[in-house]
Order: sequence, then structure tokens, then C-alpha cells
Amino acid sequence: MLKIDNLHVKLEEEDKQILKGLSLEVPAGQVHAIMGPNGSGKSTLSYVLSGRDGYVVTEGTATLDGDSLLDMEPEERAAAGLFLAFQYPVEIPGVGNMTFLRTALNAQRKARGQDELSSGDFLKLVRAKAADLQISPDMLKRPVNVGFSGGEKKRNEILQMAMLEPRMCIMDETDSGLDVDAMRLVSDGVNALRSPDRSFLVITHYQRLLNHIQPDVVHIMADGRIVTSGGPELALQVEQEGYGDLLAEAR
Amino acid sequence: MADTAIRTKDQTPTIEGMAEGMAKPAGALDARLAALNLPQQGGFSARARQDALGRLRAMGLPGPRDEYWRYTDPRGFNAPVPQALPIPHADETPLFDGLDKLTLVFVDGAFDEAASDDLALDGVEIATLAQADTVGSWAADLYGVLESAGQTPVKRPFAALNTAAARDGVLIRVTRTPSRPIHVVHRRGATDADAMWHHVIRVEQGAELTLLETGMSGARSNGVIEVDVARGGKFHHVASKRAVDPKVGISHVFARIASQAQFKSFTLSVNGTVMRNEAVIDIAGDDAVAHIAAAVLGDGEQAPFHHDDTVFITHGAERCESRQVFKKVLKNGATGVFQGKILVKPGAQKTDGYQISQALLLDERSQFLAKPELEIYADDVKCSHGSTTGAIDDEALFYLRSRGVPRERAIVFLVLSFLADALAEVEDEGLRDRIYERLDVWLTLNAVH
Repeated sequence: MLKIDNLHVKLEEEDKQILKGLSLEVPAGQVHAIMGPNGSGKSTLSYVLSGRDGYVVTEGTATLDGDSLLDMEPEERAAAGLFLAFQYPVEIPGVGNMTFLRTALNAQRKARGQDELSSGDFLKLVRAKAADLQISPDMLKRPVNVGFSGGEKKRNEILQMAMLEPRMCIMDETDSGLDVDAMRLVSDGVNALRSPDRSFLVITHYQRLLNHIQPDVVHIMADGRIVTSGGPELALQVEQEGYGDLLAEAR
Repeated sequence: MADTAIRTKDQTPTIEGMAEGMAKPAGALDARLAALNLPQQGGFSARARQDALGRLRAMGLPGPRDEYWRYTDPRGFNAPVPQALPIPHADETPLFDGLDKLTLVFVDGAFDEAASDDLALDGVEIATLAQADTVGSWAADLYGVLESAGQTPVKRPFAALNTAAARDGVLIRVTRTPSRPIHVVHRRGATDADAMWHHVIRVEQGAELTLLETGMSGARSNGVIEVDVARGGKFHHVASKRAVDPKVGISHVFARIASQAQFKSFTLSVNGTVMRNEAVIDIAGDDAVAHIAAAVLGDGEQAPFHHDDTVFITHGAERCESRQVFKKVLKNGATGVFQGKILVKPGAQKTDGYQISQALLLDERSQFLAKPELEIYADDVKCSHGSTTGAIDDEALFYLRSRGVPRERAIVFLVLSFLADALAEVEDEGLRDRIYERLDVWLTLNAVH
């Protein structure tokens, strides 16, 4: 599904290398987690994969089912099946949540040569999925993320994920700022989406999210590359011992 | 975002704009007036016209040194005749089509009876200025009166010119809230028309009127609306001005608002070359509300674009609220101007005055010039103003694109988002939705990259 090979990335504005030869492969149907200390480049990885401006790829490749992601515009990556759940979802006053979602969904369908969804069908679908995530009809009507609490914003991200049905979901610290109940809702939403042809890359600081969303593989990232990988027990080890020993071993 | 600044002066307001540069060679004004063919016959408006002419001669035409014409070149308005412009082909459904309303059509400022509905609406007296001028009208007490009052402290020569020279317009007196809005449609007739119109509106005690205005008239236009809202009355004004040609236009609203009355005005302006909208609002009674807002889209690609909103709100009573919300989207070297003033007179305690002017620049060649002013002579008031100039938010743009929304569409969303606060001033949801839809179409057609 997602294959990253020897990825080197620097900032556009300054001569600072963030990713230094990162390689990673997420096969179809699997959930991989990335953990790592602050400043290791986790968020940069998610931004570079989804096409945000401000980064320069100096070496390496990233492909989704063999197609190079790095040559595509962000909207093309989305249509190809990539989704990034933001750490800080953006507020957009004056644009209705539903209008936004319907535009996004239909733009993706159009880009893939599928028929656009009628407003009736869209409405039915969005109401059902919103109900699963305990997103009220009022939240659907409000402007995108405006006046949403931290937890509501994250639930709204998962709603977008559920509606857009991407094949490759990247979640950037979706657990940050969530209380226990919101974490359960978000996790249930993600788990409901797990399927043999959909993969997840879950970036997190904390092991507790991985109690809810069980990963197949855990990667530890430091200084712009993956330093070690293992099973879910690796996350537990980090939780108990911190990164110190792991990073020392890897060196 | 809205930084707060309250300035209190203890001297009386100075008469701005009079001290310097107002006196121009009389030749330019004579030439301007000669080209107008001023109405000669004496109707109810005769005295007001004479008075306005005298005032105009005293103040002269504006020059670039006049304080309120520093950002906007008055030459296009000073010229004796406008530059002729071909009549553009109207290729879209008018904005308020299909609404239940009374429609009045003006071609280059002259009433077009055949194209208009009958002037009959329960609770409302409607007459045209040209007809009423021969038989007399209640409007005699207002014609040129609010305009004249609005000349202090800032001179508005083109409004005086309008009072002196406008031959037509509509006189509306609302005694009981009508079942539907009145829609004034402006159309172009002759390629070189110097269009002028002057409306007088009186909303009587407790009554309510919605006035819709769309279209443009003349190769050059000069409009005046005088609005008098009596105690507890409500006046809603929703205007859409879209020039598909490089035209020059100025409009003025002079409003007087009695106690517990409401005045709400929203204008959507799209393109044109030099457009200036002036609003002079006198909040004269306690517990009154005045809101004025505008959304402006300016593209300098076809012709230079310059859009100026000049607002003067006077709080002369207690516990009144005023809001000014102005948003301009500028590209291809377009210029936006906002000059907005809040004057709080002595004794106008518990005033709540708010003013925001913002520009969204879609390229580095466009510019926004803002001059917010507060002048406050009461000590128990809340007044704030803010002005910002910015570009499309990269973070928001990326967010939308990352969901699959194409870049052009995402920018349309962000422009609409930027305009949202101004559009929110349109109280009627149905009208607001129509404006949103139309804006969406225009923005999509004129893809902003």
C-alpha cells in the first residue's frame, strides 16, 4: 500500500534537514504506529506525504500502490486514496461543514471518474455516519470546525475519513487533547473503518491510543528516520522506559 | 484581532475637508454644471435644488488635496461628461428574480414605467420624483434636507450636485409594513449616459421596509438615497452592484434614525473602475441601531479597479449601537479604500460602536488603504475599530486540498469565508443564501488562482 524509501526532506525556507533517509512500508490492511520523541520529524512525515508546501524532498521516494505521491498535488493525493487526520484541524468560518464535505467527496469521485453523489444520498450517508460518531446535526450545519471543542474537531476528522473512505489513513496525534470518552469514540470510528484493503499510519506520543487501536507494527522514529520496529510490545516498552534505552541500542 | 482604540477630545469637532484645497477654479464646476442641463421648472424640490447648487458652488469640486479624496482620484467624477461605454450584454438571471417583490426599473436614472410594476403596495405611498415634482409631495420635507445635514463636517460635493440636478428617483413613504420588499433595478440605456437618481424614503413609526437594489446605470452614475426612519421603524437595504464594464460611479446614503429604530444596509460590489459608496448615518434617537456592511470583489485585470467606502456614523443619542463591517477581496492590482468614522457626540452615553475593515489581497500588486477614525465626546461608551490586510491562509488552503477539494474551489471557499462576517449582516436568510450562491458563481467563473 504505502511504501516510503530512503526519504530525505529539508525545510524550504532554511537549510535544515528533517527527514534523513526514512524507509517504511505499510501493507494493505495493516495498522502501523509511529512513536518518537519531540522533533523527530513525525509531523513532517505526515505533511510531506499529504503534500503540504514548505518542504523539499532531496532524495528518496514515497508511493501509494506504486504511484509516486510526491509528484501529485494535495487534492490528487486525496483522490488517490490518501487521508491525513490533522493534529490541529483548521477552522473555516462561513463554510458549512456539510458543504465542505460534500464538495470534497464529489471532487474526489469526479477525479476518479465516478458519478457525483446526489444531495439526498449524501445527506443520508452523512447523517448515519455522524450518528455513529455522536456528531449532532447541529455540528454538521455549523461552519467547518468553528466553535468545536478539541474532541469535536477530532471526531469531525474521523467523520471526514469515514465519508471519504480513503485507502491509506495517516493520523497525526489524533489522540492529543482527547478525554477518555472522546478517545473511545475516535478509536471506535477508526476500528470500524479497518478492512483488508485499508491501511493506517498512526502517529502518537502515547501508548494509550494503541490500547484502543491495536497496531500490527510499531515504529520508533528519531532524528528523521525509523530506528527500530516491532510489535505492539514496543509501544509498551516506550511507555514504561521512555525512549532513552531504545535509542541508545539503535545507535 | 480588532484592536481597540478610544480617543477622547475635549474641543469641538473641526470642520474637516473645508480648510484646505476645496476651492477650485470655478471653470471646472461651471463646465460640469453646463453639461448637466439642470432642471428649470419649479417643483416641490425647486428650493432644495437652488440651495444645493449654492452649497456646491461654495464648496467646489474636490481635488486630491481634500482630506476625504486623498485615496481616490476624483477626476472621473469631476469631468464634465463621462467616457462612453458600450452597453454590456446581460447574460445572467437577475439576483432577486423569483422573489415576491414590487419592482421599479430605472434606465440611466429615469423611471421606466412600462418595465416596472404598478406603484401600488398596501401600506406604502410610492411616487417617482419626476412626477411628484409637479404636484408636490410629503418628500418636500426631506428632499435635500438629510443630504444638506450630512455635509457637515465632511463636504460631499457630488451629493449636493445630485440634489441640484437629479431628475428622477423614487419617493417611498411606509406607513404600514408592506407584504413584500421593493426592488429598484438599475439598467443602462445610452452608451454615454451620465445617470443620476435621488430616492427619498420615509419609514413611519413602527413600520418596516426592505429595499433591494440591483444593477448599474449610466456610463457614469451618481445616486443619493435619503432615508428617514421614524421611532421604532426598521429599514433594510440590500444592494448588489456589479459592473461588467469599466464604469465610474458614486453613491450616497444619508440616513436619520429615530429612537428605537433600525437601519441595516448591505452592499455587494463587484468590479467597475472607480466606485465610491458614501454613507452618512445620523443616529438621532435613543436605543437605535445602525449597521452598514459591504462585500467587495475587485479585479484589476480588465481595467484598473478602485473601490472606496466612506462612512460617517454620528451617535447623537444614548444607548445606540452601530456596526460597520467592510470586506474587500482584491486582485490584479486592485485598490480598496475604507474611510470610516464614528463620532460620538457629548451626551451620547452607553454608545456601542464597532468598526472592522479587512482586505484579502490575492496578489502582491493589490493594495488596501484604510483610515478608521473615532471621535468621542462622551465618557461612558464602548467603541472599537480594527483593520487588517492579509492573504489566503495557507494552512486552511492545505486543509481543504488535503480533503480533495481542488485548489481553485478551495480558494473560492476561503474567499467566501473571508466575506462571511459582512454577509452575516444580511438579516434575511433567503436573501443571504441568494447572495452566497451568486458570489459562488462569480468567484468560480473568475477563477482566482
